[in-house]
Amino acid sequence: MTARKEKIVLPLIAVLLGFVLGSLIVKLTGRSPLSMYAAIIKGFSGIDILNGQPINTRYIGEFVIQAMPIILTGLSFAFASRTGLFSIGAEGQLMIGSISATAVALLLEAPKGIHLPLVLLAGILGGALWGAIPGLLKARYNVHEVVVTIMMNYIALHFNNFVILHLFGSADRVKTAPFPTTALLKSPFLESITRNSRLNWGFIPVILALLIFSFIINKTTFGYSLRAVGYNKEAARYAGMKVSRNIVASMAIAGAFAGLAGAVITVGTFNFGRVIQSAEGYGFDGIAVALVGGNEATGILLAGMLFGGLKAAQPLMQSQGIPREIAGIIQASIVLFVAMKYGIKMVIDKFERKQAPSTEGDRV
Amino acid sequence: MSYIVEMFHITKDFPGIRANDDITLQIEERSIHALLGENGAGKSTLMSILFGLYQPDGGSIRVRGKEVKISDPNVATSLGIGMVHQHFKLVHNFTVTENIILGMEPHKGPVIDIRTAEQKVEEISRLYGLAVDPRAKIEDISVSMQQRVEILKMLYRDAEILIFDEPTAVLTPQEIHELMQIMRRLVEEGKTILLITHKLKEIKEVADVCTVLRRGKFVGTVPVADTDEEKMAEMMVGRQVSFHVEKMPAKPGDELLRIEQLNVKNLKGVLGVKNLSLTVRAGEVLGLCGIDGNGQTELVQAVTGLCKIESGKIYLKDKDITHLSIKERTDRGLGHIPEDRQKHGLVLDFTMGENFIIHNYYEKPFANFGILNKKAIFENAERLIQEFDVRSGQGAMTPARAMSGGNQQKAIVAREIDRSPDVFVVVQPTRGLDVGAIEYIHKRIIEERDKNKAIFLVSLELDEIMDVSDRIAVIYNGEIVGIVDAAATNENELGLMMSGALRKTRSTPHPAHEAVHA
Ligand SMILES: Nc1ncnc2c1ncn2[C@@H]1O[C@H](COP(=O)(O)OP(=O)(O)OP(=O)(O)O)[C@@H](O)[C@H]1O
Ligand SMILES: [Mg+2]
Repeated sequence: MTARKEKIVLPLIAVLLGFVLGSLIVKLTGRSPLSMYAAIIKGFSGIDILNGQPINTRYIGEFVIQAMPIILTGLSFAFASRTGLFSIGAEGQLMIGSISATAVALLLEAPKGIHLPLVLLAGILGGALWGAIPGLLKARYNVHEVVVTIMMNYIALHFNNFVILHLFGSADRVKTAPFPTTALLKSPFLESITRNSRLNWGFIPVILALLIFSFIINKTTFGYSLRAVGYNKEAARYAGMKVSRNIVASMAIAGAFAGLAGAVITVGTFNFGRVIQSAEGYGFDGIAVALVGGNEATGILLAGMLFGGLKAAQPLMQSQGIPREIAGIIQASIVLFVAMKYGIKMVIDKFERKQAPSTEGDRV
Repeated sequence: MSYIVEMFHITKDFPGIRANDDITLQIEERSIHALLGENGAGKSTLMSILFGLYQPDGGSIRVRGKEVKISDPNVATSLGIGMVHQHFKLVHNFTVTENIILGMEPHKGPVIDIRTAEQKVEEISRLYGLAVDPRAKIEDISVSMQQRVEILKMLYRDAEILIFDEPTAVLTPQEIHELMQIMRRLVEEGKTILLITHKLKEIKEVADVCTVLRRGKFVGTVPVADTDEEKMAEMMVGRQVSFHVEKMPAKPGDELLRIEQLNVKNLKGVLGVKNLSLTVRAGEVLGLCGIDGNGQTELVQAVTGLCKIESGKIYLKDKDITHLSIKERTDRGLGHIPEDRQKHGLVLDFTMGENFIIHNYYEKPFANFGILNKKAIFENAERLIQEFDVRSGQGAMTPARAMSGGNQQKAIVAREIDRSPDVFVVVQPTRGLDVGAIEYIHKRIIEERDKNKAIFLVSLELDEIMDVSDRIAVIYNGEIVGIVDAAATNENELGLMMSGALRKTRSTPHPAHEAVHA
């Protein structure tokens, strides 16, 4: 296989194997895989194949809502990854993005055209700042980013809750007062075409983020130097690149993507700042999305939609009598199969050789 | 006489290139069979096929007369085939024995029986005169010892057919000599050796038969006794090769690089360079020779800014660069061909085009307002590939990882020479290159000299140092023990100085200097 073909074929096979494993488990628990697929299809498209009902657009809206934040946290993980960093910090950066957005939403009064962009910007900056800290510690003192980002997730969680409860004053001890409408991504239009789903304008910043990610990494000199550092730090140093500065910048930008996710959730899905009991899993979902998406924008978009759809299908599966955890198992096994890509590749190569013993093996 | 290995009509394609094209090779038992060919001729590929790392697209293989299908290295091992790769594959914080038994650990109940393994390693080591300490950690032993660990790994697995891919590229002349003896000993004990090397001298010295490849095709197999270095070179390159550098006497000008009283610590934390002073002038090549590990690496890294110094001064064109960053030194006209091509020289996952712009990716024409100009990058790469004859499957778009070792080296040399720096630190520029490429690179280095640049050449190859340099400085134990005129010295004198037995005093720091810069 060529490298190009590999990048597309291997994740697809992993996805397939993930679903096969999921079906097997459903079968083992004595339920019908068919109803699982029916639930998943409904989660993605709103089409109810069991009862032959036409498209219910509400489901599409809900599925997009699920996909948006994990695409962004996926971009976050992937960006750090491209610089050779393993950032577990998206979860916390997202919370800081969320609390920053909350602050600007509550404290500022301005027309929508100004207020909303500032809210999103606050989320981005909050996340970037939170991301820059582990970057700095790594660059200056060589403290491993995995440890720091994990710890900072906890700090973010409690910081978020402290601010919500004590600074913005929560009446019911779980959320702030509702935001003014000028700060919201909500759109009556989008809601009306999706039968009152929570779909909002949040997908626009998500698409922009995807484009910006791809542009920075592939087209700019900055992206070039990030990739150089990521692939071979010593060679980058030899070439005179500022390795430390790149590490900080990369972590900050990774944080910015996650922070944006926080803002999109806060002023899109919700319309108030809220107390968070424990990590909500956006960070880990992002890692899964980035791994399956091969750390590239297109892949992340597709993987994000896949996992978003699986999330959206969970309640539907439950109503079919299938444990909602199955969706998690499918997601986890897809990631596992992606991690096993070398094994899969070996099997395919063997298979291909048997098929074509000609002289044309690796030709493109 | 019987053939232990036969490869018939082997063909192997990579994207854009046929690496092996209908190659037939027959290896006699208990012989040393050399494989010779230009960079990218397909030697490593052919041997990787024999070792089961690649599958041929056509052809067949027989081992001991029986047709076999070597689908992976485990099959090769069970057939008694072993391989020492150009870049070793050892676990650095494991001991010698742990590395050797990796994957086939002997057990005593549920635990690994390291004792027995150590004894066996010791025995094999003694039998072949390898002198390896089974309990030493890999990170603590020299490159040549690591290579012997790789040899032991093969022998421990009862390999009888031993493949060596450019084993001498990383060794000093003395170590090469020892390796040749080890090879002879191996053959005496009944082993068969396949040896890839670019050094014709070594083939002449140790091999029985030599097979030549050119651009993936078989050229011929000759008994080494019936041929000489010139003939072999001609067979592989297809033209006559001059082994000596044609050059006019140097016309040295201003001092462009001045090193004063330099002290540098090595990785072990002791002084690797001691009170060292040197100058390189415009229009001359100053060669630095010495036995590996006598401070060359520390000196080069200090000058180029890769490592910190303890004390001393470094001047570039009379400007103090002692505390400048790598980038600032580069911008002021310092160039550097690094010693370790895979660590410093290349980003293996970048394409060739991307690798060529690593110093100036942010400058015009490669970038405009921070945005890369793919077309300019591509054209630059095609030009360098053309000029330096860098061979690969997909030209500018080839990932560096997919290039042959020698062509990776050529790419680095091309990139650095093309920048034409005023002060050029050149370390092992021709490591792993074929004789034709060496001839060309030497010519280009002399051309740089004649453009009035200062060349500081560091090499473990005495021939290269004596051929290319105008003056030769000898380093021993972190100190310069003498500077001699290249035309007026010989291997003997240099050898004595390199081993610390002879000093030519002129280079020891004079008190006057100290007074000025104290
Ligand atoms: N894994 C690979 N993928 C793509 N192309 C490859 C790969 N390995 C080798 N090639 C190509 O095959 C050709 C032969 O490479 P090979 O490594 O066998 O050369 P070689 O004779 O060992 O050269 P050298 O003396 O430089 O080591 C080269 O042009 C190289 O670019
Ligand atoms: Mg090779």
